[in-house]
Amino acid sequence: MSGLVGTLSLVRFVLRRDRIRLPVWLLAIIGITYASAAAVASTYDSPAEIASYGNNIGSSPAGIAMGGPPVALDTQGGILVYETALTAFIGVALLAAFTVVRHTRAEEEAGRTELLVSTVVGRHAGAAASVLVALAASAVVGLGVTGSVLSAGMPDQAAWLYGAAVAAFGAVFAAVGAVAAQLMSHGRTATGLVLAVLGGAFALRAVGDVQESFLSWLSPMGWSQQVRVMDDNRWWPLGLSVLLVALLAVATGLLAVHRDVGSGIVPARPGPATAAGWLASPVALAWRLQRGTLVGWAAGMFLLGLMFGSFSQEMEQMVADNPTLAQYFEATGGNITDTLFATSLLFNGLGAAAFAVGSALRVRHEESRATLDLVMASGVSRTRALLEPLLVTVLGALVVLLVGGAGTALAFVLTGGSSGDALALLGYSLVYLPGVLALAAGAVALIGLLPRMTLVVWAWLGVTFVVGWLGGLLDLPGWASGISPFEHLPLVPVEDLTWLPVGSLTLLAAALLAGGLVGFRRRDIMA
Amino acid sequence: MTTAISAHGLVKHFGATVALDGLDLEVRAGEVHGFLGPNGAGKSTTIRVLLGMLRADAGEVRMLGGEPWHDATALHRRLAYVPGEVSLWPTLTGGEVIDLLSRLRGGVDRARRDALLERFDLDPTKKNRSYSKGNRQKVALVAALASDAELLLLDEPTSGLDPLMEAVFQDCIREAKAEGRTVLLSSHILAEAEALSDRVSIIRAGKVVQSGTLSELRHLTRTTVMVETERPADDLASVPGVAHIDHVDGRVRFDVDTDHLDEAMDYLATLRVRSLVSHPPTLEELFLRHFGEVVEEPVA
Repeated sequence: MSGLVGTLSLVRFVLRRDRIRLPVWLLAIIGITYASAAAVASTYDSPAEIASYGNNIGSSPAGIAMGGPPVALDTQGGILVYETALTAFIGVALLAAFTVVRHTRAEEEAGRTELLVSTVVGRHAGAAASVLVALAASAVVGLGVTGSVLSAGMPDQAAWLYGAAVAAFGAVFAAVGAVAAQLMSHGRTATGLVLAVLGGAFALRAVGDVQESFLSWLSPMGWSQQVRVMDDNRWWPLGLSVLLVALLAVATGLLAVHRDVGSGIVPARPGPATAAGWLASPVALAWRLQRGTLVGWAAGMFLLGLMFGSFSQEMEQMVADNPTLAQYFEATGGNITDTLFATSLLFNGLGAAAFAVGSALRVRHEESRATLDLVMASGVSRTRALLEPLLVTVLGALVVLLVGGAGTALAFVLTGGSSGDALALLGYSLVYLPGVLALAAGAVALIGLLPRMTLVVWAWLGVTFVVGWLGGLLDLPGWASGISPFEHLPLVPVEDLTWLPVGSLTLLAAALLAGGLVGFRRRDIMA
Repeated sequence: MTTAISAHGLVKHFGATVALDGLDLEVRAGEVHGFLGPNGAGKSTTIRVLLGMLRADAGEVRMLGGEPWHDATALHRRLAYVPGEVSLWPTLTGGEVIDLLSRLRGGVDRARRDALLERFDLDPTKKNRSYSKGNRQKVALVAALASDAELLLLDEPTSGLDPLMEAVFQDCIREAKAEGRTVLLSSHILAEAEALSDRVSIIRAGKVVQSGTLSELRHLTRTTVMVETERPADDLASVPGVAHIDHVDGRVRFDVDTDHLDEAMDYLATLRVRSLVSHPPTLEELFLRHFGEVVEEPVA
């Protein structure tokens, strides 16, 4: 096996390069699982509450599509798996596949692989080393999941099986990542292929689980769920995962000997030789560069709204049966349905804000990459270079808010709400626009006045997110939650619409934008 | 002859680093002006001041009758710029970038663009992320040369090109000059500047240390010769313009002023030459020889 010479030294090299990234991913996935497990254990701690969960969520097609087949939902352990599995599965799959792609294809693309291959390192050593690291990381996630559910009170055998199912899914995606890296010539397209496979695995089992058909058995995610933790507790479906990993590993080896270093099996697709007629201004360029991101955010927020809304009836029933949940919703005031839709719209606003901040920061990104030089040296003034792309930011944020609001409103109609109220919901989604604009304008102000510190705006968005998500639970002092612009906006439809905060946040956004523009017109353009 | 660019006493600091330290530069309309200096001398900083991207801390600049900082946009429509390190939008193709930049400036001359793509052997359908450094440079060069800009600001435009493409580039610059355009060409390769430039300015540590036509600078250029002759070259020292004579393994190495190359060759011919190697001075040697003691090191 001379092709594997040097694998172990490369494993050390991969670990050295990922010494920060890998622990952060592991901590995040395990931490989220641990926190949700603890929350589930305290929320569903009486037989009545557990029974209510099983009756409501276990019979909802939306719930099954998201969380998997309803297995043993009349036990606390079953609920633990149901509530934590999706995050753990997706987290471990992304961690494993990204680790492999980053250390194989992306490295090769950057030209660093040539340096390594020219030393005494076998042809397959790079792929093997990254897959080994990804497998080890998957195993660690599996152990962390087992530990989390054990501490939440799940029986031993079930907990170990659940951890193994998570680790097996990670292993499959380590191998998927390795094959994708062989097929594609770019890290980005390889990552895209991995995400497509993950989406396909999710969709197959979602449809299969709802229909209770064989489709679930065509998906590796299905295998990891068909172990039926807390019910049959069967290990053999994981054998399918192991078999697939072995097959994909062989495929990776075969593909690797049939291609040159630096190229993929699937050649990079050529693009247009000439630009479309409309690609003639900074705003058109911004649209060309951001349209994919915008479609992604809008689709994501639409689905999130749809999902949130579709739970409205189950939620009402569950809250009626569960005092812990009832207490949570009373804290926010209003009836449960309104609160649910208010939360949905708040999340929609947070999603739009994340898009808008990322979009607004692009000018700085272009500046540091020196592509802004090319645009400005072609006769574009500083004012146009800064403001035109912001049109895409503002209109894009508006689109995300409306499309996400439409998802929520559609779910409202589907669960028996009136179309008039649905239209009102759609309108309410726009209440968050001034908050979104304030955050985006904050990014612009930093670009103009403190260009080295633009990342601070992510901290502002992070605080806004935490306050919006957990504000009620954390009991923050007023000044702290007041950092979030969303906190000043009325929580429609639970609270009535008031115009004062809407107007003042719009003014704040305008002031930040003006400050940023003045700064940008006076300062050096620097990498 | 009118002046395209004139800068006096430019100073630019980045924190504690002095990038430009009283730089003077004069570029005449219609000439190809070589802007020579080692890496880190301040060439790119000067060009970015000319583009109005950076504001000089002190000094005066006029370019095409305007002031680069205040009249940036109006001036940009009349010039084209090729950066030294070209980075492009990874998801766009080279062709899209060329069209975009041309349209921002006013419009695409399709025939000219396609002819340049042909000459530079550039595939415009490739995504920018798959281009090599040289190919990204070609994208920027085609966009600049396809424009009808009257001034070309080129910052080490050939650092990623192979020799064949370097020749194409030199042809293009000669054509641009024939069309009456002005070219400021920065480089750290003396031979490239010699091949193209009417006049050159040599920059070191943020100052122009020498400026003039190539024949005015001829005295700066010395050729190094390594020669093996049948009869000993004992009288070499008496040939005008010869210096640094060194005997190595029966061969002789010496430097000779380019103006006196003729005399040196005549003398060597009388000794029956067995082998001869010569190379022009590198810019670094030139700097060491002429400005080594004069110019202070840049403050780090």
